Amino acid sequence: MAAEGSNSIDALGQFQLHSALGAVGGSVNFTQSNLMMVVAGLGVMALLWMGMKPRAMVPGRLQAAAEMGYETIMGMCTETIGGPQSRKFFPFVFTLFFFILFGNLLGVFPLFFTFTSHVMVTLALSLTVFVLVTIVGIKEHGLHWFTYFVPQGIPKALAPLMVTIELISYLSRIISLSVRLFANMMAGHVMLEVFGSFIVMLGGLGLLGYFPAALSLGVNTMLIGFELLVATLQAYVFAILTCIYLHDAVHLH
Amino acid sequence: MSQDTGGPDSSFEDRLKAARSKQGLDAPPKPPEQDGLGGSAWGIGARVGVELVSALVVAVAIGYGLDRIFHTTPILTAVFVPLGGAAGVLNLWRVFTPKQSDRG
Repeated sequence: MAAEGSNSIDALGQFQLHSALGAVGGSVNFTQSNLMMVVAGLGVMALLWMGMKPRAMVPGRLQAAAEMGYETIMGMCTETIGGPQSRKFFPFVFTLFFFILFGNLLGVFPLFFTFTSHVMVTLALSLTVFVLVTIVGIKEHGLHWFTYFVPQGIPKALAPLMVTIELISYLSRIISLSVRLFANMMAGHVMLEVFGSFIVMLGGLGLLGYFPAALSLGVNTMLIGFELLVATLQAYVFAILTCIYLHDAVHLH
Repeated sequence: MSQDTGGPDSSFEDRLKAARSKQGLDAPPKPPEQDGLGGSAWGIGARVGVELVSALVVAVAIGYGLDRIFHTTPILTAVFVPLGGAAGVLNLWRVFTPKQSDRG
């Protein structure tokens, strides 16, 4: 984690993958990223199962959290997607939101790995969304769906140009959705690592370094709080953008 | 306790309302958000960058791929780069225009 030499900061080393679970994990290439995904999935299930087990009229803290999560996502689905089908997509959006949220939040803990800080993971998530949105659009509207790429009221001569631009814009959703999540998570963890290294390096400098080291510690403390905000916000953004795309697919124009 | 009685009742209601909103018990009326993505300068800046660059990346990938297929190496990439820029601006247009546009 900390600086290897006394004057080099290895900010990106934290994102390297290692095989987890010893020899078994090594033989099937089961990395710590996969392990954290499993932990995140189990965490979500534990929250819902243990939260809803009491089924109390007046919810406790865990049950309140589970119910709040349910209601937030349900509200997001019905308001953003709209129409009678919006409830159909609730399980997907709920799973997506909580998987990303737990991935982001678990990453803030020391020694834990943030699997959302790898673009391959977020790209897979956004591709899932993209493929689902496209399939939903085609299933709802059939071939009529392709008129989505033709803006209303443009001259015929401009149609090929506009369709190409619309197509690029549509495809760019994959990139923008995945890069937004990945960049936010990675940037936060690089900052944490850099300021964490500052603490160690300046602290080793002797009396002169103690004050800036304490300053770095303060910055890092602030960054942790900021990181909690970003983790929640980015999971929310991912979920609501999924809802907006689903709205477009269901309602077309 | 109707609204039009005036006098101490309505002023009490007003003061109660002010106190509640001060304590955060009543959520203040939310400003209209754009896609619920927050309105901080940092958020908007990141959003603009991501939208512009992602459209450009897709366009360059398409142009380069088509060039590889048709062996027309620089031409289609050069054609698709401005189209990608246009698509990026279109993305931003979608993000920052109010919902009255034809596409919700």
